Amino acid sequence: MRALDRKLLRDLRLIWAQALAIALVLACGIMLMVAAQGTQRSLEQTRAAYYERFRFADVFAQATRAPRALLPEIAAIDGVALAEGRIAFHAVLDIAGMEEPATARVVSLPAEGGAILNLPLLRTGRMPDPVRPEEVLINEPFGEAHDLVPGSSFRGIFDGQLRELTVTGWALSPEFIYTMAPGTFMPDDRRFGLIWMNEAAAASAKGMDGAMNDVALTLTRGADERAVIDALDRLLDPYGGTGAFGRDRQESHAFLDSELEQLAGLALFMPPVFLIVAAFLVNMVLGRLIGIERPQIGLMRAVGYTRAEVAVHYLKLAALIGVMGLVLGWGAGWWLRNGMLALYGDFFRFPFVLRDFNIAAVVISAVLGLAAVLLGAMRAVLAALRLPPAEAMSPPAPPVFTRGWLDRLIYGLRLRQTSMMILRSILRWPARAAITLFGVSASIAVLVASYFFFDAMEVMTDSVFGQGNRQQVTLTLNQAQTLSVLDDALALPGVRKVEGAYAVPVRLVNGHRDRLSALQGHFAGAELSRLMDDERGAVALPAEGLVLPALLARALDVGPGDRLRVELLAAPREVLDLPVAAVIHQSLGQEAHIGAPALFSALRLAPQVNQIHLLVDTDAMSALHAQIKRTPAVASLTDWSEVRRQFDESLGENLLTMVAIYTVIGVLIAIGVVYNAARIQLAERSHELASLRVMGFTRGEVGFVLVGEMMLLSLLAVPIGWFLGGWFAAGMIEAVSTDVVQIPLLISRRTYAAAAAVVVLASLVAALMVRRRLDRVELATALKARQ
Amino acid sequence: MRDESITRSAVLRVEGVTRVFRTGTVEVHALRGVDLALHEGEMMVLLGASGSGKSTLLNILGGLDQPTQGRVFFRDQDLTRVSDTRLTAFRRDHVGFVFQFYNLVPSLTARENVALVTEIAKNPMSPEEALERAGLAHRMDHFPAELSGGEQQRVAIARAIAKRPELLLCDEPTGALDSKTGIKVLEALDEVNRDLGTATILITHNADIQRIAERVVVLADGKVVRDEPNPERIAPSEVSW
Ligand SMILES: Nc1ncnc2c1ncn2[C@@H]1O[C@H](COP(=O)(O)OP(=O)(O)O)[C@@H](O)[C@H]1O
Ligand SMILES: [Mg+2]
Repeated sequence: MRALDRKLLRDLRLIWAQALAIALVLACGIMLMVAAQGTQRSLEQTRAAYYERFRFADVFAQATRAPRALLPEIAAIDGVALAEGRIAFHAVLDIAGMEEPATARVVSLPAEGGAILNLPLLRTGRMPDPVRPEEVLINEPFGEAHDLVPGSSFRGIFDGQLRELTVTGWALSPEFIYTMAPGTFMPDDRRFGLIWMNEAAAASAKGMDGAMNDVALTLTRGADERAVIDALDRLLDPYGGTGAFGRDRQESHAFLDSELEQLAGLALFMPPVFLIVAAFLVNMVLGRLIGIERPQIGLMRAVGYTRAEVAVHYLKLAALIGVMGLVLGWGAGWWLRNGMLALYGDFFRFPFVLRDFNIAAVVISAVLGLAAVLLGAMRAVLAALRLPPAEAMSPPAPPVFTRGWLDRLIYGLRLRQTSMMILRSILRWPARAAITLFGVSASIAVLVASYFFFDAMEVMTDSVFGQGNRQQVTLTLNQAQTLSVLDDALALPGVRKVEGAYAVPVRLVNGHRDRLSALQGHFAGAELSRLMDDERGAVALPAEGLVLPALLARALDVGPGDRLRVELLAAPREVLDLPVAAVIHQSLGQEAHIGAPALFSALRLAPQVNQIHLLVDTDAMSALHAQIKRTPAVASLTDWSEVRRQFDESLGENLLTMVAIYTVIGVLIAIGVVYNAARIQLAERSHELASLRVMGFTRGEVGFVLVGEMMLLSLLAVPIGWFLGGWFAAGMIEAVSTDVVQIPLLISRRTYAAAAAVVVLASLVAALMVRRRLDRVELATALKARQ
Repeated sequence: MRDESITRSAVLRVEGVTRVFRTGTVEVHALRGVDLALHEGEMMVLLGASGSGKSTLLNILGGLDQPTQGRVFFRDQDLTRVSDTRLTAFRRDHVGFVFQFYNLVPSLTARENVALVTEIAKNPMSPEEALERAGLAHRMDHFPAELSGGEQQRVAIARAIAKRPELLLCDEPTGALDSKTGIKVLEALDEVNRDLGTATILITHNADIQRIAERVVVLADGKVVRDEPNPERIAPSEVSW
């Protein structure tokens, strides 16, 4: 090995702790980049393969009742490859050992030749025998939740008729990777299941012989999806078609897309912060090293090493630190990716997970990581190159102490000498102090931008559950009924208060933009289910016009005053032209809202309800459940306390994991920055500090000079970090917001306080780590060190 | 101007060299018109009071610095205002430096400090041989911090001679040493000069050291005030400190 490279390794060994601290900061960025990107790509490929193998359809449509004879016509649409007609509906289930009713989506299995699209993947058991109407497949998670092994049975209520069903097997389906009961926000494997049933049995249950109400089709390569959808809509329109849609509007697919989009956003947003901090740290440490090695640089130049050789020498050191960070980051990223893939794989129940090894991510992260450290090193190295060889040989001139206005100000403060030393040192090396300030505030910002998700979630849950949905139970009716049904509901066991609502699927159209959504009609004086704005609380419905959540308004490109074409996709299937009255902010809102009087006067109908919200005596809950299982008019029951529990559980768990990871990351940055700054201060000032000891200052007092400076900088960094944090949080929201979820930017004091406390504590620990070395400095050698 | 025959055998030559340092508004004239030639194999001692311009002159002769005015020649090559690359190549191929404070790389052993130079030289001796010549064969694998001042200076000499330079430029090599070690260092330099025929310039404060030279040049206030041969060259061991 060349002598110069030996020097490099020994230099590195001398500053190993500092180098490691920088490498760890860099590794955090690389880890996030590689893990988020790797997870996203792997999931995307997994999903694509899953879709491919189990023939996930491209276009979907529902109708009230269409003749099967329409199917050849559908298949003949230009651009359609395969078309399949099914019978699909929601049903209430009565499961042994479960008090409340469960809900299921029932889909029919085509009679001959089995399904050709959206194939169920049999996990255990066998397919139902086509001649046995009671045999069904259920989805694996539902089966697991209830231990409904093949051979066991349960009861379903189809149009008021109780049917005994026998499980023949468990299945998964690319169509239902992410699936939720109607009106809920989270998958719930216990309360919501999927049932695949023989076509004949489904037809007889719904009185749909020779008919279908659900169409799925695949497109030929290069087909125009829009045109196919229009053609399909035209064909289904006479049969109560509710509007065909592509994968982008298919619930399961859209939610997965949203997840993947968030991962991609995460891969882009945070890592640059770490790279920048790492670059600054390299600059600080290398600047100091080059400062110490001035005579050695002069010597190298004197004996004939070229500038390029000297530059490469120090750049190599930075690159070594970079490589350390890359290797650590890749390792951690690999590990995190596998962990995330395992989590996602379980959550989505992928039957297999493809682990994508993406060489591009490795190369890109290597390029970015190395670029960061090398750019960081550049300034210090350029300074080294500017040293004329003759001058580099003489010791550097002592730092110039000028007495500026700041000094006079400090004098005016009449501080103790040790405090004075702290302030002086900050003024003497302002660049170093600035880097420390920036690094510490960046770590506070990272924490603010991750902790605030708790605030956002609180706002969201409060808006959805606390304020918006104060009912305990919502009943969804099979058909809209007049308001007198509310009296029937009041007669149900334990019911103390009832409130009606009306919801209908709609297509909202503005020019060439359109969205499938639901129109929610609100009755005046509603107290249980209210329309909420995340920022302004309960919203009073205007006498006229629509209220849209901002996401929906943006998608349709409309604002207050604009008009929207509203196509009702279920009875009474009218087309309305309504003004947009207001836009509100909702994190999870995807629905359009309107006052019931405005809606029914536009429809020229007497007011109707198809949802009933209830307040119920908790004691009477089981009696209510039992009654509902026997009430054919009710399509499903939603227990809001359960929905909330699920929501909290699932989101809370994810958030805790995320916050734990980001806390580690934030703490690593703070420690990396403060440890390095303190080590450099210690090295630079060991003479000065030792002199203090010689003069009779105690260890504590001398330690104060070192720790005090770091803590002063850390405290100064707090407000900057808060400010940056708000900015990062906005960036995070931008990065992870999707069509489905919009996160509100509200940061609580608790978040600010927690972020500051964690980071200041981490800084203190780092400063104390260095302070321990101060105790070990031998006075005599420290004093001798500087001739 | 000197006699033709002398000019031809000069390894290094400066003509009318001045060097002005500007720090802010202050101008320091470190050299005010120096003419000097160093001949093949010559052992020259450069004397002068502190601040008289000795180091400045040595730096210019060794290609570490450039004159404000005047010209510098190495053999037939004009080194005046050449690029940094050319000067670096000149130092790399032809010059060995020894400094008062040794300037060793602390993280490299004696052998590695010498290797630092042999690795980039054209026709070097081995680091072991160089260290042997400097009288330090027994401490090759010690780090500078484990060596005494004299030993460190001998590593520096080994490093300077390992490339078999034509020029050996020593700026107060004994300045930081006591007499006993100082003499050892001088002996090493003297031996190299005699055995390898390396033209050597030795800056010193100690007037008695001039007696080991073939030629003595005295600077005062940036000018050469004396330049004469030393007819009775003595061995370093006879120098009184
Ligand atoms: N880099 C420099 N900048 C400014 N002045 C310098 C510099 N180097 C030397 N000098 C000045 O030039 C004069 C000659 O210095 P130097 O050659 O080091 O003297 P000597 O080596 O004989 O003691 C001194 O007055 C010194 O202060
Ligand atoms: Mg000098």
